[in-house]
Amino acid sequence: MNPFIEIITQPDNIAIVIMILMVSFFMVWAFQQAFQNDKLKSAGYAVDGELDKDVDTFKPLVRIELLISLAVMLFLTVWSIVVDAPLEEIANPTLTPNPAKAPWYFLGLQELLVYFDPWLAGVVLPSLIVVGLIAIPYIDINPKGNGYYTFSERKYSILIFSFGFFVLWLLLIVIGVFDRGPGWLWYWPWQEWDIQRVVYEPTRDLSNLVGIESRSLPGFIIGAVVVGAYMIGGMIWPYKYWQKKNPEMLQQLGMTRYVTIVFLFITMMSVPIKMILRLVFLVKYVWITPWFNV
Amino acid sequence: MNDLFNKVKKNLIWKSVFRRDYRDNVRDRALAIFGNVFLHLHPVKVRESAVKLRYTWGMGGITFLAFIILTITGVVLMFYYHPTVDQAYSDMKDLEFQVPYGVITRNLHRWGAHFMVIVVMIHMFRVFMTGSYKAPRQFNWGIGVILLVLTFLLSFTGYLLPWDQLGFWAITVGTNMGAATPLLGYQGPFSEYLHITPYNDVRFALLGGAIVGGNALLRSYIWHCIAIPLIATILMVVHFWRVRKDGGISRPQNN
Repeated sequence: MNPFIEIITQPDNIAIVIMILMVSFFMVWAFQQAFQNDKLKSAGYAVDGELDKDVDTFKPLVRIELLISLAVMLFLTVWSIVVDAPLEEIANPTLTPNPAKAPWYFLGLQELLVYFDPWLAGVVLPSLIVVGLIAIPYIDINPKGNGYYTFSERKYSILIFSFGFFVLWLLLIVIGVFDRGPGWLWYWPWQEWDIQRVVYEPTRDLSNLVGIESRSLPGFIIGAVVVGAYMIGGMIWPYKYWQKKNPEMLQQLGMTRYVTIVFLFITMMSVPIKMILRLVFLVKYVWITPWFNV
Repeated sequence: MNDLFNKVKKNLIWKSVFRRDYRDNVRDRALAIFGNVFLHLHPVKVRESAVKLRYTWGMGGITFLAFIILTITGVVLMFYYHPTVDQAYSDMKDLEFQVPYGVITRNLHRWGAHFMVIVVMIHMFRVFMTGSYKAPRQFNWGIGVILLVLTFLLSFTGYLLPWDQLGFWAITVGTNMGAATPLLGYQGPFSEYLHITPYNDVRFALLGGAIVGGNALLRSYIWHCIAIPLIATILMVVHFWRVRKDGGISRPQNN
């Protein structure tokens, strides 16, 4: 069979296909409503829902809940009749499958393991994602766009969230499911997996690019300077920029919020930066210390 | 026919259950909601936008429905399952070949779980896109994020229970991350200063041992069937309560 068909019809991967379809559908629906509301608002009309009246819960809401419940149960029943849940061989600690994949919703994190050491990819970054998500309402002080779809009133927050949600989360999951094979090597979905395949791809560390041994003191210093400059420069530069462009906004934000936002943002952006360093420049570590590597 | 209707409705038993007739007036429409323990989660009246599918997509409710379906099928599966290394896998085979409707029960549980993860993610996306996390709903967004994490953990702890290669190695890979925790995992940075070894670190606490074995299976089982559902239920109660108390489904403010 065509490897592509084979991979998307694997029972557990059908869920991913359903996820891709559902997420794409709702993404289009959300942005379409957002643009529509923006158009209404700029023409001076009320946005969708603004002129709504109260209606009885019984029956309009109860009816729609019943109908959706029935539809969902029908959908799950059909899915369960058509596709059987997989059961592999009995657990065998002496036989490691290659690749050993995490459940699909954690594949984004497993993909990060290519670019970061486990303490970052598996512990620090996931914790920061959770903390960052919880922090969103407290750091987004824009009062507009509460209770309706809009894009123009909340451009930056929507762009940043969408980047995290669709690219860093869902795209990495899709890559992990469909494009990773034995040895966590890249396979296009139509390529046959090959256990024997070895890719000779020597990696280096950042200071090797300028000819300095990364495990030496000068290499350590270069790494520390680069990481420090990224973190500290990333803190200071936007501050200077906004101070010139929009000082009232900085005032409103306050120092705590500013530092939290910028810290979370530069941490998030370190993921694509590290990916580019690794994929384009074959750089494995930026900074090697005796205790940990970044 | 009408006679039969009256006979069914005009007796002590029917009246003891339903207490009064339903007439389609304001009072009875309200009573239908707050006279019913399940429906009284709702307010008596809601905004039109809460009824229109295009605003909420019904995703929060569907997540709750998925949770209920998983609880019911999960309880059924528990009747046929022993969380021991010797029996877990053969119980799965029994479900497949011996138990009446065993296959479809397990399928519903498996696909329902995938489905719940998908819907809860879309629910979060919807709440973000409508700015519904903004005042006064900041706290409820935080509860929601924790519920999202609990959904992942529920699914993850369920992965090991069939005791097949897929679950075993997914849990091995996943819990190995715990070993990399800074300070508290034996492979994590700075852990040597706390005298952390494979036998006293985070991973050991998760697995109840240094390898994925019988203790890990029991721990997964208890987290999956009792502990996390309990925590999630409590947080769901708070989540739903706060939806009401924070003013119902979000809507444009200046109305």
